[in-house]
Amino acid sequence: MSRRSFYPLPYLLTTSGPGLAWIALFVVLGVYSLFAISLGTPDPILLTPTPAWSPLDWSFANFRDVISGLNPSGGIFWEVFRRSFVYIVLAAAGCVLIGYPVAYYVAMYAKRSKALLLVLLILPFLVSYMLRMLAWVGLLSPDGYVNEALSRLHLVSQPQDWLGGRPSTVVLALIYGWVPYFILPLYAALERLDRRYLEASADLGAGRVRTFIFTTLPLSVPGILAGLVLIALPMFGDYYTNQLVSGAATTSMIGNTINTYIASTQQRAIGAALASTLLIFLIAVLAYYVRTTARAARAVVR
Amino acid sequence: MTQASATGRAHAIRLRLRRRPKVLTLFVWGYIVWSLAPALIAIAFSFNSGKSRSIWQGLSLRWWTDGPGSMLHNDVFRGALEHSFTLAVLNVLIAVPLGIGLAITLSRWFGRGSGAVSLLATMTLVVPELVLAISLFLLFTQLLDIVELGTMAQVIGQVTFTLPFVVVITRGRMSSISTDLEEAAMDLGCSPLQALRLVLVPLLQPAIVASVVIAFALSIDDFVVTQYLSSDASTQTVPMLIYNTARGSATPALNATATVLVVVTALLVALGGLLYYALSRRQRLGAAE
Repeated sequence: MSRRSFYPLPYLLTTSGPGLAWIALFVVLGVYSLFAISLGTPDPILLTPTPAWSPLDWSFANFRDVISGLNPSGGIFWEVFRRSFVYIVLAAAGCVLIGYPVAYYVAMYAKRSKALLLVLLILPFLVSYMLRMLAWVGLLSPDGYVNEALSRLHLVSQPQDWLGGRPSTVVLALIYGWVPYFILPLYAALERLDRRYLEASADLGAGRVRTFIFTTLPLSVPGILAGLVLIALPMFGDYYTNQLVSGAATTSMIGNTINTYIASTQQRAIGAALASTLLIFLIAVLAYYVRTTARAARAVVR
Repeated sequence: MTQASATGRAHAIRLRLRRRPKVLTLFVWGYIVWSLAPALIAIAFSFNSGKSRSIWQGLSLRWWTDGPGSMLHNDVFRGALEHSFTLAVLNVLIAVPLGIGLAITLSRWFGRGSGAVSLLATMTLVVPELVLAISLFLLFTQLLDIVELGTMAQVIGQVTFTLPFVVVITRGRMSSISTDLEEAAMDLGCSPLQALRLVLVPLLQPAIVASVVIAFALSIDDFVVTQYLSSDASTQTVPMLIYNTARGSATPALNATATVLVVVTALLVALGGLLYYALSRRQRLGAAE
């Protein structure tokens, strides 16, 4: 089949025109507004944010504030950035530890129960994220089932305040919220994995554990990475999970800081610069990921 | 080695690889319980007879239909539900046609610039939702002030992040539809638009069903964009209501409200799944004939 299009261009523009206009108007212009505010100089008297639409008016003062705020010694954003990074790394590690065995089992071992298991793995997607967090707010409250179970088992002598600003609760809530999103792409990758490699490994005398460590695990790295990208991107913009299960300033994340700065008119430009910096940072990470996986794919083909 | 013993050995290896580790089985079922039980408990608490969302005090419909504090008789809960569903329906009505139009072009146009357009159409998938929400908030407050914060801004925001999902789903389906059918239709005298309407759209039915379900579910579940572009209490959706009141003194009527959302989404997904299955089956059979 030739890869030429037999439709005239005006026709193609008719079907895609509204969609393209939508993207130009709201995505392109939207992101441009974000940068225009970040690069603008606030009104000297009213301190309201003033967008710099023309590149001639760009001022990098807000970005300088953000960069100096991210300075590890004394920058105002450093602590919250470091904390977000630690929470996200821990939550991602938790997702791998919990999600990998689940995806591995369903892809490799499940037989008659496979269809049922897949439905059960998709079910959390039907329950709204907020309801799943609401559920934990009830379970973890001082008179909730978690405290009751722990005191029945004599693990705690009095009810614990799980929702009173504990970093561990926030990390667990992040894991709980995002692990279903990690499992599905990993499952898809493991399902596609060529079983002949595993058979070859067993044929050459490797036991089950060695086959897993030296064959299955390395072959599933692309799936793990895809899952990690999928959950890390939203976690960097998350400000609601920690707010629901902790609410304390000591567990706030970078999303909360951006939120606070955007909410205040005087500091909105700095909030916009923070959001732009986050966007640039994540796109850079993603570009690196796409490049390395493309290179790895070429290496395999060779 | 003889052929027979080699086959026997391969069989033994396959059996050895397939033997299920018991610990893993237990772990997986433990995960399933952990991932679903909390939501089921939260749903059960909507039938609590007391005010608590954490101690069980007996079964009642007090927070569903009976009494003034119930979901049915309270304007805040009902309003949030109505607004959630309104946004979801509008999102489906706008995002699905726009996304399908985009996907048709992207899978039938290989000329110069098609790569850039394709990137543009799916770019929002990798923009964190918070950044998209802030961008649109700033756009509507600084430049496009004809768009007021509230329902209109919320619909625009939801359609913007739903579009790439519809595009990806539809392109997946398009890639399995050969251009031969459309070419044949045009050879037989169809105009390009007639080929689209008479050949492509019927073949795309499963993708349309899947897109409708995804667009609805994305809208119902959305929090960040919807909150950023809201105006006042009348534009509060259920996820916003949960966020605003979960840590306060909200009654189990909150759980009842969230349950309605889950049940409607689940029913729609189940219906969409059946329809999708029936449509693709019919097409497979049609193609086989």
